[in-house]
Amino acid sequence: MLDQIFSVVFLTGFLAATLRMATPILITALGEMIAERSGILNLGIEGIMVLGAFVGFWVSYQSGDLWQGFLWGGLAGGIIGALMGIVSVRFHANQIVTGLGIWILCQGLSSFLNRRIFGISSVRPQLPTLPAIPIPGLSKIPILGETLFNQNIIVYGTLLLIPLFIYFLRQTSWGLHLSAVGENPRAADAAGLRVEWIRFLATTFGGMMAGWGGAYLPIAFYGLYTDDLAVGRGWMAIAVVAFGRWSPLGMLAGALIFGASSALQYRLQAMNFPLPYQFLLMLPFLITLIFVVLFVRGGGGPAALAKPYIRTQSE
Amino acid sequence: MMSDKSPSVIVMRGITKRFGSVVANDNVFFTLQKGEIHGLLGENGAGKTTLMNILYGLHQPDSGEILINGVHSHIKSPHDAIARGIGMVHQHFMQVPTFTVIDNVILGLQPFYRPALDRRHARQRLLEIAHLYGLSIDPDAYIWQLSVGDRQRVEIIKALYRNVRILILDEPTSVLTPQESEDLFHTLRRLVENGLSVVFITHNLEEALAITDRITVLRNGKAMATLPSVHATKEELASLMVGRQVLFDIPTLDLPDVSVNEVLSVEKLSVKGDRGSLAVRTVSFSVHQGEIVGIAGVDGNGQSELIQVLAGLRAPYEGRFFIKGREMTNASPREILQAGVGYIPENLEDALIPSFSLLENAVLDTHYTPPFSRNGVLDFRNIVRHARALIQSHDVRVPDEMAKAAVLSGGNKQKFIVARALARNPQLLIAAHPTRGIDIGAEEYIRNLLLQKRKEGMAILLVSTKLDEIMSLSDRILVMERGRIMGEMLREEATIERIGMLMAGSEA
Amino acid sequence: MLQKIVLWTHKRTSNWQQMPDWLSSLLVILLAFLIGALFIIAIGASPLAAYGALLRAAFGSVNGFAETMIKACPLLLAGLGISLAYRAQFWNIGAEGQIYAGGVCAAIVGLYLHGLPTFAHITLTLLAGMIGGALLGFFPALFKVRLGVNEMITTLMLNYVVIQVVAYLLHGPLRDQASGITISPQLLKSAWLPIVVERTRFHLGVLLAVGLALLIHWFIYRTVLGYQIRASGENRRAARVGGIRVNWVIIWTVLLSSALAGLAGAVEVSGVQHRLVEDFSPGYGYLAIAVALLGNLEPVRVIFSSILFAALLNGADAMQRAAAVPVPVIYVIEGVVIVLVAVSIFRRKGSL
Repeated sequence: MLDQIFSVVFLTGFLAATLRMATPILITALGEMIAERSGILNLGIEGIMVLGAFVGFWVSYQSGDLWQGFLWGGLAGGIIGALMGIVSVRFHANQIVTGLGIWILCQGLSSFLNRRIFGISSVRPQLPTLPAIPIPGLSKIPILGETLFNQNIIVYGTLLLIPLFIYFLRQTSWGLHLSAVGENPRAADAAGLRVEWIRFLATTFGGMMAGWGGAYLPIAFYGLYTDDLAVGRGWMAIAVVAFGRWSPLGMLAGALIFGASSALQYRLQAMNFPLPYQFLLMLPFLITLIFVVLFVRGGGGPAALAKPYIRTQSE
Repeated sequence: MMSDKSPSVIVMRGITKRFGSVVANDNVFFTLQKGEIHGLLGENGAGKTTLMNILYGLHQPDSGEILINGVHSHIKSPHDAIARGIGMVHQHFMQVPTFTVIDNVILGLQPFYRPALDRRHARQRLLEIAHLYGLSIDPDAYIWQLSVGDRQRVEIIKALYRNVRILILDEPTSVLTPQESEDLFHTLRRLVENGLSVVFITHNLEEALAITDRITVLRNGKAMATLPSVHATKEELASLMVGRQVLFDIPTLDLPDVSVNEVLSVEKLSVKGDRGSLAVRTVSFSVHQGEIVGIAGVDGNGQSELIQVLAGLRAPYEGRFFIKGREMTNASPREILQAGVGYIPENLEDALIPSFSLLENAVLDTHYTPPFSRNGVLDFRNIVRHARALIQSHDVRVPDEMAKAAVLSGGNKQKFIVARALARNPQLLIAAHPTRGIDIGAEEYIRNLLLQKRKEGMAILLVSTKLDEIMSLSDRILVMERGRIMGEMLREEATIERIGMLMAGSEA
Repeated sequence: MLQKIVLWTHKRTSNWQQMPDWLSSLLVILLAFLIGALFIIAIGASPLAAYGALLRAAFGSVNGFAETMIKACPLLLAGLGISLAYRAQFWNIGAEGQIYAGGVCAAIVGLYLHGLPTFAHITLTLLAGMIGGALLGFFPALFKVRLGVNEMITTLMLNYVVIQVVAYLLHGPLRDQASGITISPQLLKSAWLPIVVERTRFHLGVLLAVGLALLIHWFIYRTVLGYQIRASGENRRAARVGGIRVNWVIIWTVLLSSALAGLAGAVEVSGVQHRLVEDFSPGYGYLAIAVALLGNLEPVRVIFSSILFAALLNGADAMQRAAAVPVPVIYVIEGVVIVLVAVSIFRRKGSL
């Protein structure tokens, strides 16, 4: 059994699957990071991922075009993100409670629509998933080539987002405004920034990314939709943001760890590892739990995170 | 420097502003002339800051009009104000601590459609401005690394960077050492020489007389008078400010007998601050029965961390302290309270539960002991009696004990907190900024209460940034600077100059 | 136009602060059902028919009402637990897992402890459930106060872990070999909660839960620990300054909270199912979040909100049959309720 685990074939498959599974978490976490940097803690992203997954699947299935599905998954997420933004920014609602509500609302909505549209038959409609695009030459490198250069296009795109996000945060005024609003909204307001607007946009963007993170699952990975397709991944993304200290590179590391835990589950399952099936299923959650307890401690983060900003309350 | 013929750059006419039922500004007239430093003088809550927040676009007036350079103006936002050449340095600096000086200065300046930052150009311009007005600053330092004086300079540079011609400063010296204040005055004079106009908000009479050209006095939201500083006297301003004669004499105290009964003894205590560096460095002192020991110093020099350790809220890094001879170095807040300590925390919010009634707040630090609870069940008969006694004996103005703590004014909250702490009959009272941000009536009351308790034999450790408070109440004065005790003196030996030198870090 | 609407609603909602909490709760319910109706219309069904079927099923007969009440029971117990935890600002979203943990422990005691008199056996069964729930809550609480680990992630992850453990037990050690499906054997009769209303499944646990709600009301407002829970949640710093051992209070609160959720699982097993069943909770632990929040974390009001959600749960099947409205519509309504509660009651505060 052990020699099987340490074989090159296993390792290659495992690493490639790790990156593939890390991608949806990373997409979602990048969006959540933007929202959190503006001071809005969106705990509903788990639900938004589920909704994004459903809408992505549904539109793809109806139109026969995976890209249309992917696009609409993100738009659906953006709408919910905007709802979160209005409720928490405009109405100063408690963000934890709102996030919980959004989570449950989206899960209910996806499940509701799924039953209505696809019924509860045991034969689930299937989609062809996005093909892997091997990069000529590079993909032939042993182990690494298969891992890094033989992936679907969303994986490549997500990896490219990381330097883009770093540039955005450090070298542009938009990034500066975003962080200022989340660190000290009063100061940002005094500097003439439109705090509410920036927070709203950031939260909407975060929702859109979570929608895409969810849409990735049926479109690029599973090829089908079930209500528990995304289960736990939104919360993992929230953990990833804190683990990465709100910086894209740190979050990449966190996402890879969670991706690895899912990949490990599938790999072990595929090779009939002698552990009860249920323990394999709980593995990603158990690993998340241990990981969070060991590495994601409190503190840090934007100073005004989850605190509503009300201008007239000054004085 | 200034004559009556100077044109008015700002005219505010008939400004009225209400917050709920409170009238913060009541038909106020205010003019600012080109090239003058105009003092806006008044007590806490007189409406000075509100008036200037209106000029800066943070609040909209309910009625009244504003003329800038003779033109009717409707200032919708701070952004708007800056565009019209009005800048403001708030008491709480409007800065992002995790940003560098440059990033703070350029925040909000770049147009939306051109997001790429040009920090090199910004640095150059910033240094030019700093040089022109003699303001020294490191543009690449992070705000959280800077001293309060430096941070204030960043605020001024920020305004100048935006081509501001009118600068409003809200209580700028309250966070500075006397020497830093002198530097600030110097800067302000340089600004008006260059044609800027300055509004200087303060509640300090002497300061207003020292730096301003004209003074407008506000009381209860009304403008009482505007007069040239050269003709004004302290007594006149004071009676305009509070509406009655004010005595400036410090009551004389009989000396306590410090040879007996040491209540608090601190030995070589070091404490780490929130950022992990030492905030308190090997501090030793003691407080005796019937003695008030005052700790003076600019905010943020380790006083907060020191008293948090003494209250059990923060773990010390090194050293020990004893209360009545018992070591309490790592004791919990409860153990320290039960050892006979009363504690008035530096923030009102840290002493009250806003959504609780005064009834419930009255026993926040005693509810777990008889007679307020037995076998884990609260005894409300005794709690009601206690709460009423606190409210009545200390004249806390509330409808009744069922009122929520949140509805009380700052002064009444603090009176209630002090009353609660004293009701424990502590042998040691730790009072951190007991009169900060409250009205003059409550302030007087609390000061007298402390003196009375001292006479009754209580040991009191007083931390305050108000020099007059320290000097009028303390028997002994310690001065803290960057976590160290720079000097210790008896009250008779203390002068503002001497304390000021120590606060600025030079051995006197 | 849109801006006008937003401004208008904003102005309206500003007055919600002066409105008594219970009235805003009622408005929230009304609005949630209206929004639910929109969804029902959107799929081409009649909301009147759907809600009518729901109400008839939930309250239209003695048996229907009894079924509603036995569903309200776990919701109420878990909702009470969540109320306690949220009052202390501990965001327990692990009630679902705690319910399963409680159910498993209760089932083991109910299955294997032979020869006890009924009263003792029931008591021990319920107690086992409480201990099971509390154990599951203890670790997130400990990690929170000792290490500052976010309790939402830990409690939620434990849900998924525990549910798999239950599945494993039912596929292996606890499985009833005589049955074709993955259920445990029936509990010993002495561990069954007695039926209160003849010819229904209305069991004693319902009355027990209502009694507990009253007890917890008294506990929160009249005892030292209750006072400390409220103080610690409202203002951690002030509580510490007042000498309250906040960490200790949080751990006790979470133990109580998760024990109540565990009790909910035990009551479901010993009062309704009489055996351990996979998926025996139709998401009680998540619905209880809405139950607690809609009840404004007030134990007595939680009774009413638990009945409301139980009616939804109970009537959902009827709604599906009568108007072809998929059952998950109740989760849509639940989500809407929570968001509206966030807007109307828990406003203007970074925390509760």
